[in-house]
Amino acid sequence: MAIFLTADSKVIVQGMTGSEGMKHTRRMLASGTTVVGGVNPRKAGETVDVDGTNVPVFGTVADAIEKTGADVSVLFVPPPFTKAAMIEAIDAEIPLAVVITEGVPVHDSTEAWAYNVAKGSKTRIIGPNCPGLISPGLSNAGIIPANITGPGKIGLVSKSGTLTYQMMFELRDLGFSTAIGIGGDPVIGTTHIDALAAFEADPETAAIVMIGEIGGDAEERAAAYIAEHVTKPVVGYVAGFTAPEGKTMGHAGAIVSGSSGTAEAKKQALEAAGVQVGKTPSETARLMRQVLSA
Amino acid sequence: MDLFEYQAKQLFAAHGVPVGLGEVADTPEQAQAVAERIGGVTVVKAQVKAGGRGKAGGVKVAKTPAEAYEHAKAILGMDIKGHTVHRVLVDPGAQIEEEYYFSFLLDRSNRTFLAMASAEGGMEIEELAVERPEALARVPIDATVGVDLAKATEILRQANFPAEVIASTADTVVKLWETFVQQDATLVEINPLARVASGDVLALDGKVSLDENANFRQAGNEDLEDKDAADPLEAKAKAKHLNYVKLDGEVGIIGNGAGLVMSTLDVVAYAGEAHGGVKPANFLDIGGGASAEVMANGLDIILGDPSVKSVFVNVFGGITSCDAVANGIVTALGMLGAAATKPLVVRLDGNNVEEGRRILNDAAHPLVTQADTMDDGADKAAQLAHSAN
Repeated sequence: MAIFLTADSKVIVQGMTGSEGMKHTRRMLASGTTVVGGVNPRKAGETVDVDGTNVPVFGTVADAIEKTGADVSVLFVPPPFTKAAMIEAIDAEIPLAVVITEGVPVHDSTEAWAYNVAKGSKTRIIGPNCPGLISPGLSNAGIIPANITGPGKIGLVSKSGTLTYQMMFELRDLGFSTAIGIGGDPVIGTTHIDALAAFEADPETAAIVMIGEIGGDAEERAAAYIAEHVTKPVVGYVAGFTAPEGKTMGHAGAIVSGSSGTAEAKKQALEAAGVQVGKTPSETARLMRQVLSA
Repeated sequence: MDLFEYQAKQLFAAHGVPVGLGEVADTPEQAQAVAERIGGVTVVKAQVKAGGRGKAGGVKVAKTPAEAYEHAKAILGMDIKGHTVHRVLVDPGAQIEEEYYFSFLLDRSNRTFLAMASAEGGMEIEELAVERPEALARVPIDATVGVDLAKATEILRQANFPAEVIASTADTVVKLWETFVQQDATLVEINPLARVASGDVLALDGKVSLDENANFRQAGNEDLEDKDAADPLEAKAKAKHLNYVKLDGEVGIIGNGAGLVMSTLDVVAYAGEAHGGVKPANFLDIGGGASAEVMANGLDIILGDPSVKSVFVNVFGGITSCDAVANGIVTALGMLGAAATKPLVVRLDGNNVEEGRRILNDAAHPLVTQADTMDDGADKAAQLAHSAN
């Protein structure tokens, strides 16, 4: 088992025929993902040969779902058009929409989120500005490299893409049930808490690594949730201890303003909830090894 | 991007929000001239992107143009919470009868927009929220519906605004909402929103934050940037489309991915504790591509920072392959030639790492040392920076 993405997942790609979309469709197929179609209204009816796999292009998400039974969409749509693509996925009630696009205006992601809620939250949104998720050996929806590690018992949730890769690499001999990058934007569809709840319920996940970073209060909220609801061991890491106030560190959401959003406050909240927090990625990996061998 | 008060109020005015707004001045002479044009009592206000200006002595009432000159002279050049005052706003004086508070903002935690309103304005909103939370109405706004007159009226009633100002203020609130949406703002705040002697309700101060992700559809944002304040290295990096933040340490940092670079800063700072307290000199995320050109641009910026004593390149090849990064480093050093003088520690891992390490070994550049792990690289770079000090 895994969370959100399994061997049975049927994946479509919105924006597949663009350069990023094509590059990552190729990678997803190569790592064993069942990619059943692409979406592009201007190329509907065409078939794209992706390294020997014929992938049909549909005019709409709804049409792709009807013809293929797709239940996951991965979005590689440029920022000016991302909101419309998200709304289309939500209208088609696809169960999972993974929004990779970086640089989406926060008014657009907030509106798309409100639209999804108004429509009854039938679509789980991951991202925007995220690397997607991988259930090693089963399926890969997004841009996480499939060759870092294989299946195992650790669940990972992170705001950051490259820190996800770094942590998977540190623990590559142990493997992961699912690793999910939820994105570094101020407004995202799936939170640390959503992932923690899913890992807690997943019988194949034995322990959880949670990676946060400065900005917002998502880690503090996750800490409160862990204290109440998570029985599996959780090891934490927070990036940005040395980040100065008022400077956005790469991610639109990664900013310390006044006393809020600091790494120290997040670490303290997590430790108060019984989460061991590493000072560095390598120390975090050591803590996870101790937890699993205990 | 945060705006100055005068920029915020100019935006408000453009959207029909009634404001008390004079003109900006960069010198005491200009301030005096503005005060003469306005006539009567004026207020001279420091333009800095920091709160607490009044307490710091950055806001002064002037009864005459000569007084405006004196106040501007005192305020210009003043330091307010680390921000130097380069400009003052000379506003018409207002006879304030009552002060209110109103803002629209992005509520990250609840993934919605939020209206905050209080009939008790004037004080810092953080203080009000702590001391009199019941006096601050917090009303979530459905992003798919927005704010019309009826919603605005509902918010103002909930915040206990006096009945006689609700009708006119509701119109202002709708226009403030339009400002928030049409400018892609993450915050529009009026504090105080004041009822003045004439009975009008005006924005006497303004705070606006804009979303830079929306720059592609907000052509005016570029003009609102505070180019004077930008660090010259940050300005140069921005022109090259590099995600760079200047910090005050000695170890230059280059990495791929915002999270990994932030983490690298921390690991270097920890390593620095054992090496004379050296710290990271910058944040630089070269992103997924990491071509030779991007690497050369990044190295050029970092080596141009005189406080940098060593450089740590920390790359995990996810999408990028390490051989491309290694080639980028070798090419970049070749392009920079004699301009490259500081030692580089390079840690490569991930995609095609063997080939990447081989390329660096073969190049055998005298400035380049390889590290096996992130911790090891941070330690070596901190040590090199310390011994160069």
